[in-house]
Amino acid sequence: MTKLTDLSITEALAGLDAKKFSAVELVETHIKAVEAARCLNAFITETPELARKQAKESDARRSAGKAGAMDGIPLAIKDLYCTKGVRTTAASHILGNFTPTYESTVSQKLFDAGCVMLGKVNMDEFAMGSSGGSSYFGPAINPWSGKEPDKVNRKLTPGGSSSGSSAAVASHIAMGATGTDTGGSIRQPASVAGIVGIKPTYGRCSRWGIVAFASSLDQAGPMTRTVSDAALMLRTMAGYDPKDSTSVDLAVPDFTKAVAAGVKGMKIGIPKEYRIEGINPEIDALWQKGAQMLRDAGAETIDISLPHTKYALPVYYIIAPAEASSNLARYDGVRFGLRVPGENLNGMYEATRGEGFGKEVRRRILMGTYVLSAGYYDAYYLKAQKVRRKIRNDFEEAFKTCDAILAPSSPGTAFALGEKQDDPIQMYLEDVFTVPLNLAGLPGISVPVGLAQNGLPLGLQLIGRAFDEETLFKAAGALEKAANFNEKPPYMAA
Amino acid sequence: MSIDQKTVARIAHLARVKIPEDEQKQVAKDLNAILDWVAQLDEVDVAGILPLASVNDASLRWREDKVTDGGKTADILANAPAKTAGFFTVPKVIE
Repeated sequence: MTKLTDLSITEALAGLDAKKFSAVELVETHIKAVEAARCLNAFITETPELARKQAKESDARRSAGKAGAMDGIPLAIKDLYCTKGVRTTAASHILGNFTPTYESTVSQKLFDAGCVMLGKVNMDEFAMGSSGGSSYFGPAINPWSGKEPDKVNRKLTPGGSSSGSSAAVASHIAMGATGTDTGGSIRQPASVAGIVGIKPTYGRCSRWGIVAFASSLDQAGPMTRTVSDAALMLRTMAGYDPKDSTSVDLAVPDFTKAVAAGVKGMKIGIPKEYRIEGINPEIDALWQKGAQMLRDAGAETIDISLPHTKYALPVYYIIAPAEASSNLARYDGVRFGLRVPGENLNGMYEATRGEGFGKEVRRRILMGTYVLSAGYYDAYYLKAQKVRRKIRNDFEEAFKTCDAILAPSSPGTAFALGEKQDDPIQMYLEDVFTVPLNLAGLPGISVPVGLAQNGLPLGLQLIGRAFDEETLFKAAGALEKAANFNEKPPYMAA
Repeated sequence: MSIDQKTVARIAHLARVKIPEDEQKQVAKDLNAILDWVAQLDEVDVAGILPLASVNDASLRWREDKVTDGGKTADILANAPAKTAGFFTVPKVIE
């Protein structure tokens, strides 16, 4: 029999239904895999006892004929999601031993569907980064680094900010993981770890109970090994929530039905501005190959233009820090988390926040404070918001002539940990292909398509109209089928 | 527009984030590099363009004005670094 850790979520659910194995067996195998994989530093907090309890309950539900849509499936939860009674850190020192007294809406929905939590996974501090390198708990390591990933000279990043999520799913120690995506934090790690990740439309999933970074951009989404699994998991996570005023009251379609529907007659746009100066020729070649795969499957590709693409990153690095500086004002050493004493109240605030936040988070808070401060607001923040509208208008124009857009997910394969850590702008450029969608609120999915010459995986991204994830799943399903990506990282769950 | 060490100290105070004096120069350098890079936005003509603050075009929903939550003092204080008699406590602010 196939190893339990090698099953997709869809296959595991079939196996559970057919009584080939129990949820307890499935979860126990994954708990062991998590323990054996500590060299990846994927988890900040492991919750094996909770997982065992949830697995038992899952088996009882299944025997009673009351199994949920994902009953018994062991997942990793990004440590940005508040989990009731389980420490939640956002990979920051400032949250200390913060243990939420409530559950985020999205993780609650997963639990309601029967999911089992293996633990909370690593990430960049407050989701600010593209390598996982800003985590207070040390970086997660990409299982593609080598057979002994923590012992090789060149340890690779699993991408970021959802670094633990991509490392855990790619190494088969979790069947799926939640991620969050503010500027590419689901799609870029999915691409460099060889897995699937979708950032749904802004408003599709509730943000309630997810530690806020930039509220007009943040979205929750699944990271899995197959497109079908992503469809199932997103369907479970999505939906209107009165507790998030920006969540949208729209019916959630059964995305799983779209995956095999094909792309016959679909018009796929190829944006010329994504062929950026100095683009890695391998990425370009993979992109052309992906376009050919979609044409062979019956789609038509057309050239489109998104003229303001190059301005998306600068806009993002004004708007996201501005929103972050406001959101992170709540860490004051009074209500939760770390407190560092000072001479007086102001001194306590400054000491707590100076010590509690890491370098990149401090940088973004300062940048955000600056662009919002008197005298600079119009020149930076207002200007960025205006260019943001132009970026969204570009997409609206493009979607008059196409149904989805094909683009690269990341500008390269996984880079070495620490490589871009001291050069913020180089790190920011990792999100060049992913950020525009966040600014426009659109959905995007990264699908693994092939290996580069260096033997590392690369994904391609499909971008869709707002609330049209179904078209994305159709195109992603076709791309997955044509690419038939079956490569596995050198480090895998034992 | 460029940020000097004095500006770093000022915005660090506005943001209530302590940046030690010996780090302020480097922080100024980092921030200036980012500001120089975002300055390319000056090329874009935004005349007559309305700022986009949220991609949600729908107006915010209304709900009935009634209490739907509350009475959770213990939950709210559960993670407080210092508390007493049902309150958060802070360093003394009045003499």
